[in-house]
Amino acid sequence: MSQNLKNAAIAALLTAVLVTPIIGLQLQRQNFELTLIPHWDKVVLASAAVFLIQLLHPYLFRNGRTAIRLPAWPQLQPRQQRIGMLVLLAIGFAWPFFGSRGAVDLATLALIYVVLGLGLNIVVGFAGLLDLGYVGFYAIGGYTYALLYNYFGFGFWESLPVAAAMAALAGFLLGFPVLRLRGDYLAIVTLGFGEIIRLMLNNMTELTGGPDGISGIPKPTVFGIEMTRRASTEGGTTFHELLGLSYQSQHMVIYMYLLALILAVFTWFVSNRLIRMPIGRAWEALREDEIACRSLGLNPTAVKLSAFTLGATFAGLAGSFFAARQGLVNPESFTFIESALILAVVVLGGMGSQLGVVLAAILITVLPEIARGLAEYRMLIFGLVMVLMMIWRPQGLLPATRPQVELPT
Amino acid sequence: MLVLERVHTHYGAVEALQGVSIEVRKGEIVTLIGANGAGKTTLLMTICGSPQASSGRVIFEGEDITHLPTHEIMRRGLAVSPEGRRIFPELTVTENLQMGAFYASRREIEEGLEHVFTLFPRLRERSSQRGGTMSGGEQQMLAIGRSLMSRPRLLLLDEPTLGLAPMIISQIFDIIRTIREEGVTVFLVEQNAHQALQIADRGYVLENGRMVLSDTGPNLLANDGVRRAYLGA
Ligand SMILES: Nc1ncnc2c1ncn2[C@@H]1O[C@H](COP(=O)(O)OP(=O)(O)O)[C@@H](O)[C@H]1O
Ligand SMILES: [Mg+2]
Repeated sequence: MSQNLKNAAIAALLTAVLVTPIIGLQLQRQNFELTLIPHWDKVVLASAAVFLIQLLHPYLFRNGRTAIRLPAWPQLQPRQQRIGMLVLLAIGFAWPFFGSRGAVDLATLALIYVVLGLGLNIVVGFAGLLDLGYVGFYAIGGYTYALLYNYFGFGFWESLPVAAAMAALAGFLLGFPVLRLRGDYLAIVTLGFGEIIRLMLNNMTELTGGPDGISGIPKPTVFGIEMTRRASTEGGTTFHELLGLSYQSQHMVIYMYLLALILAVFTWFVSNRLIRMPIGRAWEALREDEIACRSLGLNPTAVKLSAFTLGATFAGLAGSFFAARQGLVNPESFTFIESALILAVVVLGGMGSQLGVVLAAILITVLPEIARGLAEYRMLIFGLVMVLMMIWRPQGLLPATRPQVELPT
Repeated sequence: MLVLERVHTHYGAVEALQGVSIEVRKGEIVTLIGANGAGKTTLLMTICGSPQASSGRVIFEGEDITHLPTHEIMRRGLAVSPEGRRIFPELTVTENLQMGAFYASRREIEEGLEHVFTLFPRLRERSSQRGGTMSGGEQQMLAIGRSLMSRPRLLLLDEPTLGLAPMIISQIFDIIRTIREEGVTVFLVEQNAHQALQIADRGYVLENGRMVLSDTGPNLLANDGVRRAYLGA
């Protein structure tokens, strides 16, 4: 009991320290002067609440940290699974034609996070490499398209493979020296990498436009046909003219969505195949026992490098798609928060679980939109959800279940 | 086949091996016995290149492998079942085995699996079970099976019977004999000196990082010093 009391007191004290600058002290502008208005009542209230919860914690959650049980995923036969997937895909391809513009646009964003989540899942979930600078590769992908367009007039489709290759190259070059590092060190170095990329983009003003970034990036064409109101070249045809439709900007939104869906499905299939291949098993084995891997003749650095590079490639793809969707890129889109968000998608989904990652990506993009009224508290709620998840369901929404190999006997 | 010449190995300032020389000839079972902390594991892992010898030479099939990185050494026809087994607990038995032949072709992997399953019928029954959920004996069989997957010419075993029941221990020793009959040279590190010396052609005795005795298996079994120190007689 006294131990409990002590814990509660410490927690309350910590709360007071943390909360004072956030809600305890309010800056107010009066004419040209800034004054500090303290709200000690709120601080006391918060501390008291924490004190009480901590004190009653053992009684409230008597059976400790039991994980919340989600209803079991129905066991489907592979055939049923395939049919289920096809139905889902068909719905995925069909609904935007009936959905609202805002919803389709939001879904496109969610799909970009699906791609990023699946890509980072290879690195963090499967290979167990904590990469906090994933956004750096995303930025490289985005800027590759932006720069290629700006300086050489490249279109989206020509830039896409280059963007993927540039991100892969960056992953390879960064991974080569740093993948010898262990857990925490790797996390710090990759964190630094992400920030360096952003700062470089910010400061190389002549090349990248600095903080303003690069704008006017064109949307992808449909097999070389522009989807714009007017053709950009003399005598060119546009999509709506070709099909005899009237021009609607909604077409572009749907088109972007469909492309994002294809990109996400592509990422899913490629990463799904990879993890079933020997290299995927090697990632997992490496995460479990590096010494054993080494003594089986595997080169740990090479195995990690393959995961790191592949993960970066997907970020590059997502990045160039992002640039096309936004029509502009600037360093603001590639801050550390973005890395944290993608990592949250992976952790929330259940490390290594692809379906979980997809679900988490959708939740993380869609929920904040639904809870618009709470926009100010977005990050706060986000943090709270993460803390609660770690307490009650540390294995993620849909933890990975390993495919078991059945041999005919 | 394998020669160590005056090998010294250090952990920082600690000298775990102080000028050890051994030789393993093709087709032999050679055993290395010694008390806890004598440096047996260090010797075995020095062959594998982690840690690397600080001086002296390790020669495998005529090639100096002293300074090669572990992953290259392990692809030259030798394999190890390391101390503590080190199987992958989350991978299934089959997947564990497949990891043992990472660079092999699909057909070679199939053949390897068949070979291991014939040696250890137990593993075939458990093929889709996770490594970590198996008993100690089964895990040891898995570790040996996994090391055989790369079709090594020299097999290094580090205390394969540690902590196992007597019946399983004799099974393991039987398997080691079978493996040798199939043409694999075996270098066996054991604390279980009695049974190890019984199946060994030759043996070495390691004490505090130095080789103090080497003789044929039967001679070591009969040696008074060995009997007193390692056979409890
Ligand atoms: N990783 C290590 N770091 C430092 N010292 C070690 C390490 N591994 C083993 N040693 C030391 O080296 C000596 C030999 O150990 P080891 O080779 O494991 O002996 P054995 O296998 O015969 O029991 C022991 O004194 C041990 O404490
Ligand atoms: Mg040992």
